[in-house]
Amino acid sequence: MKLELRQVSKSFGSRTVLSGLDLQVQAGEVVSFIGSSGSGKTTLLRCVNLLEPIDGGEILLDGDEISKIGRDPNPIRRRIGIVFQSFNLFPHMSVQRNITLALTQVLGNSADEAHETAKSLLARFALVEKIDSYPDQLSGGQQQRVAIVRALAMNPEVLLLDEITSALDPELVGEVLDVVRELKGSGITMLIATHEMNFAQEISDRVCFLDAGRIAEQGQPQQIFANPSDERTKQFLRRVNF
Amino acid sequence: MLDAFVLDIKIFAWSTPAIIALALLLAIARSSRNPALFPIRIFVIAYIDIMRGVPVILWIYLIGFGVPGVGLERPFNSPLLWGSVALVLTYGAYIAEVFRAGIDSVHESQRAASRSLGLSNSQTMRFVILPQAIRRVVPPLMNDLVSLQKDVALVSLIGPIEILRQAGIDKAKFANFTPYVAAAIVFLMITIPLTRTTDYLLARERKRTSATRVR
Repeated sequence: MKLELRQVSKSFGSRTVLSGLDLQVQAGEVVSFIGSSGSGKTTLLRCVNLLEPIDGGEILLDGDEISKIGRDPNPIRRRIGIVFQSFNLFPHMSVQRNITLALTQVLGNSADEAHETAKSLLARFALVEKIDSYPDQLSGGQQQRVAIVRALAMNPEVLLLDEITSALDPELVGEVLDVVRELKGSGITMLIATHEMNFAQEISDRVCFLDAGRIAEQGQPQQIFANPSDERTKQFLRRVNF
Repeated sequence: MLDAFVLDIKIFAWSTPAIIALALLLAIARSSRNPALFPIRIFVIAYIDIMRGVPVILWIYLIGFGVPGVGLERPFNSPLLWGSVALVLTYGAYIAEVFRAGIDSVHESQRAASRSLGLSNSQTMRFVILPQAIRRVVPPLMNDLVSLQKDVALVSLIGPIEILRQAGIDKAKFANFTPYVAAAIVFLMITIPLTRTTDYLLARERKRTSATRVR
């Protein structure tokens, strides 16, 4: 088991976001999370990356409990990349520096090595001519692709994609999803929070419907989208006109 | 009178780096999130409150006369030295708050992005937060440095001959106000180029990193 969540709970003040969530993800599996706003998709991903400390339960990576209180999160975060809805590129750094910062400072790569890694990854996603640009000079789609490259450069075992197309113009969504399509099958484990139902259906090995801080229903995409058994899933899919 | 002006510049020149360093240190300490550093945060907040709450001139008197008064040997009994120290301590507190505002203005998502890549808290501060924070506070910072440049004249009140005092002496000698006007012009000769240079540097930086400007 690559990643396992056992009875994970998380509240912000009096608002419970995750309440005893269980999840198991195999290595190389692509799992999508759907559900209405506030159902806990984003919080779930942020907890896995240890950006939010959990209140109860445990999170295991390769059988190793990473959610233990007092454990240094930095070595774990190197193994789990995250891409955010609002890109979160560093605006004062060039595309190259955005990508090489963690390579040199965290992994201890030389500047030359880091530059090569950045260049070859940017080339792979047709962004190499943007290497010296600054984030503000790029389109939203390009920024998000750079953000994906930045996460990939660390060579993570698990990649978390948090509604990565929600802040994009419709015509820019495709180029970002293409990147994710290319990643599937490279062996990387992906957890995707998304509002793009078509995309979730196409890319996922498994789809989880989140409701009230728990996985209400999960299964293969065809089953969830064509033949949902849970009443809440049915209602949600009707609401999003799927 | 120009000799006196050179003294002004000297006090300004050695105080400024010390002020910036102290202010950064205070701001970083105050913005730290480590629970273990809570006592330090409390100390910094108290320090800033006290230094800012008392007029600069009073600190210059207290420290500039007070410290040499305990009977230190030369050169450590110079009011000029301790007057500068007083400037550093007070302005350090003022400017620490400017830096803190800058640090707070950097969106939380920048910290999240940096930490998610495995960078530590201090690496995040150094590479991601501070560079953005400092760029944002340069205009208010220059504002404070210009007023520092003027407050340097206060140190003159406790001893060293500085331009404002020299102007006073000249005025008494020649019974006209021209020296004061001259002193004002000499100050402007420094503060205006300083301000314009910063504006220019900021505009250039904006042009380099951002998309086309809206007219």
